[in-house]
Amino acid sequence: MIRSIAFLAATLFAPSAHAETYADASRIVTVGGPVTEIVYALGEEDRIIARDTTSVFPAEANALPDVGYMRRLSAEGVLSVAPDLIIARSTSGPIEAIDQLKSASIPIVFVEDTFTAEAVIEAINTVGTALGATEKSEALAADVQADLDRLAAKVSDLEAQQRVLFILSMDGGRVNAAGSGTGANGIIELAGGINVMADSYSGYKLVDAEAIIQAAPDVVLMMDGRGNHSGRKEEVLGLPAIALTPAGQNEGFVTVPGAALGFGPRTGQLGLELHDSLYGGAG
Amino acid sequence: MAAAEHIAQPSASRHVQGDRRRRVLAVRTGLSVALVLAMLLSLGWGAASDTRVIPALLAPLGLAEASLRDTVIVWDIRFPRMLTGAFVGASLAVSGAVMQGLFRNPLADPGLIGVSAGAGFGAVAAIVLGGLLPVAVQAAVGYYLVPLAAFFGGWITTIVLYAVATRGGRTSIATMLLAGIALGALTGALTGIIVYYATDDQLRDLTFWGLGSVAGANWDKFWTALPLIAACLIVAPFLARSLNALALGEAAATHMGIPVQRMKNIAILTVAGSVGASVAVTGGIGFVGIVVPHLLRLAQGPDHNGLLLNSALLGAVMLLVADAMARTVIAPAEMPIGIITAILGGPFFLWILLRNRNVVDL
Repeated sequence: MIRSIAFLAATLFAPSAHAETYADASRIVTVGGPVTEIVYALGEEDRIIARDTTSVFPAEANALPDVGYMRRLSAEGVLSVAPDLIIARSTSGPIEAIDQLKSASIPIVFVEDTFTAEAVIEAINTVGTALGATEKSEALAADVQADLDRLAAKVSDLEAQQRVLFILSMDGGRVNAAGSGTGANGIIELAGGINVMADSYSGYKLVDAEAIIQAAPDVVLMMDGRGNHSGRKEEVLGLPAIALTPAGQNEGFVTVPGAALGFGPRTGQLGLELHDSLYGGAG
Repeated sequence: MAAAEHIAQPSASRHVQGDRRRRVLAVRTGLSVALVLAMLLSLGWGAASDTRVIPALLAPLGLAEASLRDTVIVWDIRFPRMLTGAFVGASLAVSGAVMQGLFRNPLADPGLIGVSAGAGFGAVAAIVLGGLLPVAVQAAVGYYLVPLAAFFGGWITTIVLYAVATRGGRTSIATMLLAGIALGALTGALTGIIVYYATDDQLRDLTFWGLGSVAGANWDKFWTALPLIAACLIVAPFLARSLNALALGEAAATHMGIPVQRMKNIAILTVAGSVGASVAVTGGIGFVGIVVPHLLRLAQGPDHNGLLLNSALLGAVMLLVADAMARTVIAPAEMPIGIITAILGGPFFLWILLRNRNVVDL
C-alpha cells in the first residue's frame, strides 16, 4: 500500500515538480541518499540543514541532523528544524507525515527514484530546478549523461554479455541474491551485464542452490568493503552451488562499491567501473 | 448482587477492605494528577522545542496570534497524538486486566484471543499486497487500508477462535487458549509467506509497524477508531463484579448468579474490538497490557472494582510518557514507541517483582 500511496503522491506532485523553484530556500531538508548526494554534487550543500538516515554520502552529510528513516519521517521532527523546503525521494513517507508537513505549508519536491539512467538525469534536473540552480544542474546532468553515453556505446560494442549473479549477503551458506527492481539489477544492466535472477523474482531473496547452478552465472558480483577480498572470493566461489557454475570454474568474482546500488550522480562513473571490471581493460 | 460482592471476597475482613478501598482511591487520585501532567507534557513537549504552545492552542479561538507552523504542530500533530496515545494506552491496559481476570492467568494478554496475531497478519497483508488492489479502491481507502486490514484481521481471528472454543453455548477457556496457539501458528505462517514476497522497502515498513508508533495519529484516524477503542473502557466497569466472582472459578461464579457465558461474550468481543482498533492505529505496542494491571495489583490488591479504572489511568499515563520520550530522545528522528515501553517497562517490572517476591505469588 505504501508503495501505491507513494505512487499516488508522486503522480499528484510530479506534474508541478518540474516547474517548482525555490531559489530562496536556505533551510532545506533532504530525504533519500541520492537526493542529498545531488545537492552536494551541485555545490548547494550549505542550504541543507538536515537529512534522513539513508543520506550518508558524502561523509560530511553525516554531520547534519538526522530526521529519521525516509519511510518513517516524523512530521514534528522535520518541522522542528524549521525547514523552508523539503526535497524527498518519491517513496518517502509515511503519507500521514507528508500530509501534516503540507498542512504546515512546507513545500515538498518529490524526486522520482527508479533504478534507471533516465531517472538519474531527471532527478538531477528536478533538484536543480527546485534549488534554482539550473545552470549547475544542467552541467552536472551533462557530465553524468556523458558517462552514461560512453557506457552505452561500450555496451553496444559488446559481442557477448556476461551473466551476473549479484549476492547481497551470504547467510550460513545460503545466498541472498538480487532479482529485478533492485539497484543491483539496475547497475548490472547499465554496465552491460545480464542479471541471471531478473526473470525469477523481484527484490533480494534467498536463492536455492540448484537455481544458481541452473542460472549459470559467468560472474559473481558483491559489494566491496567488509572483510578481506581474497578470503571472501574463495569462500563464495567455493560454495558447492557456485563452484559448479562458469563463475566458480573461471574465478569470475567482481565487487562494486555499495554506492553503485543507489542511483545518483555517481551512477555513470560507477557503471563504467563495473563495466571495466566485468569485461576487463580500461579502454 | 450485593451479596455476590461480599462472597467474591470471602476472606477479606472489613478492615482490610476499608484499607484497600482507601489505597485504591489514593492511587486513583495520584494517577489522575499524573494523567493531567502527562497530557500537558504531551502537548507541550516535542522535537520542535521552540513551539509556542499556549498561543498556538488559543489561536483557533481568535484569542492569540500564532504562526501556521506552531498551530499545525499543536493542533494537527500533538493534539490527536496525545488523545490517541491516552486512549490506546488506557484500552490496552484495561484489555490486559480483563483478559487476566477472564483467563485467571497472570500472563494473559489480548494476544491470547488471537487478536494481535490476526491484526499483524492483516497489516502485513495490506502493506505488501495493498498495491495489487484496484486503483479506485486504493484511492478510496487511502491510508486507512493498513488500519482497516489490521482491525478486521484481529476481529475475524478472535471470532473464529471463539467459535471453535464454544460448544453448546459454553465457551471453554482452555480450548480457546490451545486453539489460539494453533491459529497463531497458522497466521504466523501466512504472514511469513507474504513477508517472503515483500520488497525491501516493504520489509522496513513491516519491521517498523511491529514496533508501534503513535506518530501516524491524525484527527480522522482518532475519530474513526475512538468508538471501538473506548468500547472496552465503557464496558469494563460492568465486568468488574463478574471478574471478581470468576476468580473463584467458573462454577462458583455461576452459583453466585453471575451470567458467566454472557460475560465471556461481552469481554472477548469488546477486547477484540478495542485492541484490534488500537493496534490498527498504532501498530504493535507490547507490554502495557501485562505490566499495568500487575503493578496495580501489587499496589492496591486484586479487586477488579478498583483495578479496571486505575488500569486505564496508568495505561494512558505510561503510553503518553513513553511517547513523549519516543519523539524526543533522538530528535529530530523518532524512536518506535514499542521499544521505549519495553526498554523502560521490562527492567522496572522485573525490579518490582524481585522486590515483592516474598510478598506476592502471582
